[in-house]
Amino acid sequence: MNKIITIVLAGLMAIGIAWATPEEDRLAFIEYHKKRFPQVAVEDYVNGVYALDKGAYDQWLEIEEFPPYELALAEGKELFETPFANGKTYADCFPNGGVGIRQNYPYFDAETGQVKTLELEVNECREKNGEEPFKYKKGKMAAISAYMAYTSRGNTLNIVIPDDPRALAAYENGKEYYYSKRGQLNFSCSDCHVKNSGMMIRADKLSPALGHPTHFPVYRSKWDDMGTLHRRFAGCNKQVRAEPLPAQSEEYRNLEYYLTYMSNGMVVNGPGARK
Amino acid sequence: MASKIRIKAKLQGDMAEVKTLMKHEMETGTRKDSKTGETVPAHFIKEVTCNLNGEKVMTANWGPAVSKNPYLAFKVQGAMAGDVVTISWVDNKGETDSAETTLS
Repeated sequence: MNKIITIVLAGLMAIGIAWATPEEDRLAFIEYHKKRFPQVAVEDYVNGVYALDKGAYDQWLEIEEFPPYELALAEGKELFETPFANGKTYADCFPNGGVGIRQNYPYFDAETGQVKTLELEVNECREKNGEEPFKYKKGKMAAISAYMAYTSRGNTLNIVIPDDPRALAAYENGKEYYYSKRGQLNFSCSDCHVKNSGMMIRADKLSPALGHPTHFPVYRSKWDDMGTLHRRFAGCNKQVRAEPLPAQSEEYRNLEYYLTYMSNGMVVNGPGARK
Repeated sequence: MASKIRIKAKLQGDMAEVKTLMKHEMETGTRKDSKTGETVPAHFIKEVTCNLNGEKVMTANWGPAVSKNPYLAFKVQGAMAGDVVTISWVDNKGETDSAETTLS
């Protein structure tokens, strides 16, 4: 018996105990996608499932000629530029006046020891200036986030994991969430979007995980509405019949941290239009 | 109030392709408010009109079956650069909105 345990332990040490660094994870992630879809250029993954499906891609290009998120963009711009009751604006809360900064979110905040997302900071900004916070999944939050993403289009995602054990723990927590099975159907995020990406799920193709967070918030035809990344997370959880977590909960923020880090170096192209 | 209609028009020869997106809730009048249980009153666009240089070229009679924030695209023949395309709507509450663009 002891012998078996020793062998198992030795095996574990060889595979898993020496954790891969986030950068190694990311390179392996890209390598996996390159092997799985050799016909797709890495930079095209920002187009999500349309990178894999020519027919859907053509339809999507036509939608993009007059994108359905334009109304939200106009609303977001107005929200962003309207000063609070105390005369301050969002521009006072964010670096560079809140313009062209989407690519740096989420980031690890050393002060609070937590991952901070753009949406979380929008509400922090509102509360600091005596305004009611927005709801996180849709509506005004999605509109303002869409506008802020729009001003950052073309910028390269630059998620930093600082040399801080808490930051690494947040990253590892997000990664664990991504690969953990859950719900009545016993699916992990990766089961669909890594292992089976490009396969049909009923009438639709599963989108590849690489480049997933670049185009959020997104106008989804299914919702007939805008939604943030965390709205989508909750939707995915529900689809595998798991209890969704609240938007901007610690796990979801860590998940966003991990997932966005995987797409580091890709361009921000949000807001997007998706089925 | 700024117009809630967005127009994009493209001229190809003497044919103008006009695409519009209108912000409107398009309530059917049959939906119930999930919290209060009361019926949400109908509120939808009844008529959309397109004018080319002030002359009516299209009328669309709409009803509650049209989606929220409707998208409408159509082609107008005999259009020239510099022509003004005007889109306007009237809803069942008598509210109106209009927007215009110049073809180029």
